[in-house]
Amino acid sequence: MSEDFNLPVGPFHPLLEEAEYFKITLDGEKVKEIEMETGWMHRAIEKLSESNTFDQTIFLVERICGICSASHPFACVNALEDIGNVEIPLRARYIRSLIGEMERIHSHLLWLGLAGHFIGYDTLWMWAWKYREPILEVIELITGNRNHYGVFRIGGVRKDYDISLNTRVNEVMDMLEKKLSMVAKAAMDDPVLKSRLCGVGILTKEDAINYCATGPTARASGVAIDVRKDEPYAAYDLLDFDIIVREEGDVFAKTVVRILEMLESIKMVRQIIERLRKISGPIYNDVAEIPAGEGIGRHEAPRGEVFHYIRSDGSNRPIRHKIRAPSYVNIPTYEVSCPGMNLSDVMITLASVDPCYCCTERSVKLFDSKGTEIAQNLLELSQRKTDRLIDELGESELWKLL
Amino acid sequence: MGVYNRILKKSLWVFHMSASPCNNCDIEVLDLLTPGYDLERFGIKLVGSIRHADVLLITGMGGCKISERVVRLYNQAPKPVFVVAVGTCPIGGATFKDSYSRCGPLDKLIPVNLYIPGCPPKPEAMIEGLLKLLGRLD
Ligand code: SF4
Repeated sequence: MSEDFNLPVGPFHPLLEEAEYFKITLDGEKVKEIEMETGWMHRAIEKLSESNTFDQTIFLVERICGICSASHPFACVNALEDIGNVEIPLRARYIRSLIGEMERIHSHLLWLGLAGHFIGYDTLWMWAWKYREPILEVIELITGNRNHYGVFRIGGVRKDYDISLNTRVNEVMDMLEKKLSMVAKAAMDDPVLKSRLCGVGILTKEDAINYCATGPTARASGVAIDVRKDEPYAAYDLLDFDIIVREEGDVFAKTVVRILEMLESIKMVRQIIERLRKISGPIYNDVAEIPAGEGIGRHEAPRGEVFHYIRSDGSNRPIRHKIRAPSYVNIPTYEVSCPGMNLSDVMITLASVDPCYCCTERSVKLFDSKGTEIAQNLLELSQRKTDRLIDELGESELWKLL
Repeated sequence: MGVYNRILKKSLWVFHMSASPCNNCDIEVLDLLTPGYDLERFGIKLVGSIRHADVLLITGMGGCKISERVVRLYNQAPKPVFVVAVGTCPIGGATFKDSYSRCGPLDKLIPVNLYIPGCPPKPEAMIEGLLKLLGRLD
C-alpha cells in the first residue's frame, strides 16, 4: 500500500495568466482526487456594478475577463435590453455578431497555443499565437482596441463598421482558413498528439449534464447546446452556421470541436461583412431610460454560456447584478475527468476546458514508492511525456508540416 | 553596480505575477514572447521562479487575498529586483478602484520601479517600458 501524497499546485504560475490553487491527492502517479480553491482573482464585480450607472456597468463587466471582453458586455446589454424591451437596429445586430465571432476565433487560437505548450509542442504555441496576431490587428481596425473593445452600448453599438475594411478582413480570413485546415489536418493525423490527447480526461455525457457543463466542454461530450442556435440573439438567427458536436468527451474531441468552431466562425464573419455592405441605417437606438423590472441576457462565449441577470428599480443603477461565467461551471468537471489518470496528463486535462485561469506548478519533488524522483513540476512532466512519445514514434508529420 | 548592471542589461529575467487582473494584461505579456513581438531578442525572458528573477512584473489591482503573497514573493526575490507594474490596475485600480477586496495600489505594498499604464498597454508600450528599464541600467 502506497501512501497518499498531496501535491499543492499554485497559486502562481511562471508562464501563465491567473493565480489558482489546486490540491491533488495522488496514489503513486495516479490521481485520486482533485480539489480547488478560488478567490485569488476576486474583484467584487457584482457589488461594484451596483454602484455604477448602467453605461458604466458595461465597461466594468468588460473587465471581468480580458479574453472574453466581448462576451460579458454582450450578455449585459442583452439583459438590459430585456428589461426595457429595446429594439436594436439590424446593422448593430450584425456588428455585434461580428465582434462576437472574431473574439471566438482569437480565443480558440489562444487556447490551441496554450494546449500545445502544455503537452510540450511549443511550436504549436508559437504558430497559433502568430496567426492570432492578424486577428487582433483586424479587431483593432474595427473597434479601435486590441482587447477591451468598448463597442457595446444599450440599444446598439458605439462604433460603425467601415466597409472599406472588407478587403483586409477577407485577406486575414483566407489566410486563417488555410492555416487552420493545415493545423487541423496535422493535428488529426499526428500519432503523438493522438496518443497524448485521445482517451485522456474523458467527460461522459451523463457527467457533462450532471455538472451542467457548457460550451465546447459540453459539445465535445455529445451535449448539443449552443445559445446561438437555441435562443438566437443579435444576428445569429440570420446567419448560416452549424454547431459542432463530438461524442468522445476526451481532450482530443475538445480540440477538434474548437478547431472546427473556428472554421464556422470564419464562415460567419464572411457572411456578416458581405451583408453589412447592403445594410445601412443607424447603429443604435437612443434609449432614454431603463424601467423598473428584471431581465436576463445570455451569450455563447468561446468557453460556454455567459449569463447575466439584472434587476432595476427605475433608477440609473442596477440594484442586483448576477453573473454566471462559463468557466465556473466547467471547472468542477475536473472532479470526474481527472481521477484515475496519470499525473502527467492532469495538466492538459485541466487546460482542456479552457478555464479562465491558468494552473500552476510549484517546485515539489515527487517520489515514487521506491524513492526515485519522478518530477519537479507538472508542466515538465507533461512535456517529457511528449518527448518520450516522439522518441518512440519517430519524427511526426506535424513538424514537417509546420 | 557597474559590472553587475552591464551583465544584467544583456539578460533580464522576468517573473510574471498576476495579482487579481482581468487577465488581459497577462495575455498581452505572453503575447510579447510570441513571434509577433519576440521579446527574447533583447535577452528578456520569463522564468519560472522568483528566485531566478531580476524583474518582478505585476499586473492586476491587488486583491486582499493575493496582496499578502505579493509581499511574500517580493521578500523572496534576490535583491536588487526591479518591480514593474503593468496596466492601470496596479497603478490606480482601473474600474476596480472602489472594490472592497482591493488592497492596492501596488506601491503601497512594495516599491515600484517602473509603471506602464494602459488598459491594457499595447505590446509596443510594454517593450518601450522594458527598454527604458534597460536604458536606466547604463
Ligand atoms: S489594466 Fe485593464 S487590461 Fe490590465 S488587468 Fe487591469 S483591467 Fe485588465
